[in-house]
Amino acid sequence: MSTPYLKPLPRIDGRNRPHWEGNAKGELRVQRCDDCGTPRFPASRWCPSCLSENTSWLKVSGKGKVWSWCVFHRAYFPGFEPELPYPVVLIELDEGPRIYSNLVGVPKDKIRIGMLVRAVFEKATDDVTLVKFEEDK
Amino acid sequence: MSLRNRVAVIGVGTTASGKMPGHDAYDLGLIAFKRAMEDCGIKRTQIDGLIVNRIPDYQRFAEIAGMDPRFALVTPGQGRMSGNSIQIAASIIEAGLAHTVALVYGNNGKSSGDQYGGEGDRYGGGGVGPWFPYGMTSPGAVHAIMFQRHMHLYGTTSRHLAAISVAFRKHALLNPEAVMKKPITVEDHQNSRFIAEPLHLLDYCLINDGSAALIVTSAERARDFPKKPVYVRGFGISTKLKGSSLPPNDFWFGPMQQVAKQTYEMAGVTHNDLDGLMIYDNFSPTVLFTLEGFGFCKQGESGEFVQNGRLELGGEFPSNTDGGHLSNSYMQGWALNCEAVRQLRGECGPRQIKDAKLIQYMCAAPLATSIIYGTDPQ
Repeated sequence: MSTPYLKPLPRIDGRNRPHWEGNAKGELRVQRCDDCGTPRFPASRWCPSCLSENTSWLKVSGKGKVWSWCVFHRAYFPGFEPELPYPVVLIELDEGPRIYSNLVGVPKDKIRIGMLVRAVFEKATDDVTLVKFEEDK
Repeated sequence: MSLRNRVAVIGVGTTASGKMPGHDAYDLGLIAFKRAMEDCGIKRTQIDGLIVNRIPDYQRFAEIAGMDPRFALVTPGQGRMSGNSIQIAASIIEAGLAHTVALVYGNNGKSSGDQYGGEGDRYGGGGVGPWFPYGMTSPGAVHAIMFQRHMHLYGTTSRHLAAISVAFRKHALLNPEAVMKKPITVEDHQNSRFIAEPLHLLDYCLINDGSAALIVTSAERARDFPKKPVYVRGFGISTKLKGSSLPPNDFWFGPMQQVAKQTYEMAGVTHNDLDGLMIYDNFSPTVLFTLEGFGFCKQGESGEFVQNGRLELGGEFPSNTDGGHLSNSYMQGWALNCEAVRQLRGECGPRQIKDAKLIQYMCAAPLATSIIYGTDPQ
C-alpha cells in the first residue's frame, strides 16, 4: 500500500527506547537525573552533571525555539534525495536540552532563529514515530 | 618552568596532495617521513620517539619504517590532534622520555572514498548519529549551523567568508604542491553551489591523499643540524567537551581564550609581533571563530576584519600561505605547521612572508590548540 521508507531509521530498542515509545504516544520524552534533576538527551547511563546512575524519563512540554538551522543541498543519505534542498533545525527545548529535527509547514525562507515552535509527531514506519516541530503562533 | 624555546623543529616533509591510488596511509606517511629526515640529514637511529596521526597504528608504521623508538604513540585522526601531538612531542622531550621525536601523518582519504557525512559520520565521536533520521549529518553542516547563528547575532554574511576563500586561493596559486590551480573571485564563491547552506562549496576544505611529517628535538640538539632551527616558542591547549555533540554557544571562544593566554604568555609575544598566521580552516567560518577566540578582533567583528586583504600576503596578517585546507589540501593542520616552519626558514619562494620571525598556528575545535613558532632562540 505504501512506498518503502528509505531514510535512515533510529535504533528504537537501545538506550533511547523510552523516547521513541513516547513519540509513538504523542509525547516528547527526555532523560532526567533523579538526583540532581538535570535533563539530558540523547540518553546516557550516567548523568554528566553529577554522575548519578539514577534516571527517569520526563515528559516535556514539546515547546521550544529554533536555535539555528542549515539547509542540505547534498543528499548524504539517499533517502533524503527527493527532498533536496531540505532544512534541518536545532531546537532548544524550554526544559533545556537541544535536539535536531525538521520543521513542518514552515518554508525555508520563513525559518528564523528564535522562532517559537511546538512538537508534532510524524509516523515514519509502523515502528518508528519521529518528533518534528511546527511554528507555535 | 616555561617551555619557551625548549624544543625546535629540525625537519619537515610533505607530499603534494591529490589522488595517490595504491598508497595507504602508512605508505603516504613514510614518504613524508623520508623527506623530513632528508630535510635535516638525520638517521632513523637518531630518532627515539614516534607519534603517528591518522595512520592507523604506531606498531605497523614502526615496523614498516624499521624503527624501535623508545616512545611510540598514535593519536586519533582528527585535525585538532595535529597541534596536540606536537605539544605532546615537546612535553615528552622536556620530560626526558625521548630526545628526538618524529611526527608522521598520512591521509589516504581521497583514494579510500572517505565521506564526512552519511552513515560513516563519526564527527565528535559519532555524537551526530542519533540525528540521522532527521537528515542531520556532517561536520560541514555543524559549521553551517554555527555560521547561521553568527550571522544572526552579528550580521556576518557569506560575502565576508568569500574574502577568506579568495585569499587562500591566491596563496595556493603560489604553492606548486597545492591542489587548486585556478584563481577565484568573490562572485565565484557566491555562485558556487551550496552544500549545507549558508555554506557554499568554496567554504569547504579539500579531501585528498597526502602526508606530512615533522622532526622535533631539544633546542640544544637542534643546533647540530644543518638548517636553522625553528623554535616552539609557546603553546596552549584547552577543551569544551561537555555537551560537545551539539554546537557550542560561544563558537569555542571560551577555550580559545584560555589557549591564547597560555600561548602568548609562554611565547612572550602579542598579536602585533606576529608575521603570519596558520589558521585551521576545515570550513571558512572556522577562520572567523579563531580570529575572535584569539583576540585578533572583538567578538562579532571577524567578518569585517578579514576584508581588504588583511589575511593575504602583503596584508597585516598573511595567513595559510600554502593555500590552507581550503585551497592546498585538507591535511588536518599538519601541512600548516610544516608551512610555518618553511616560512620561518625563508624557504617559501614567491609566497614567502618577508623577514618572517614569528608565526602562530591556531585550531578552533572542542579541543582548541595553538603553537607559536619563532626563529629567535632567546
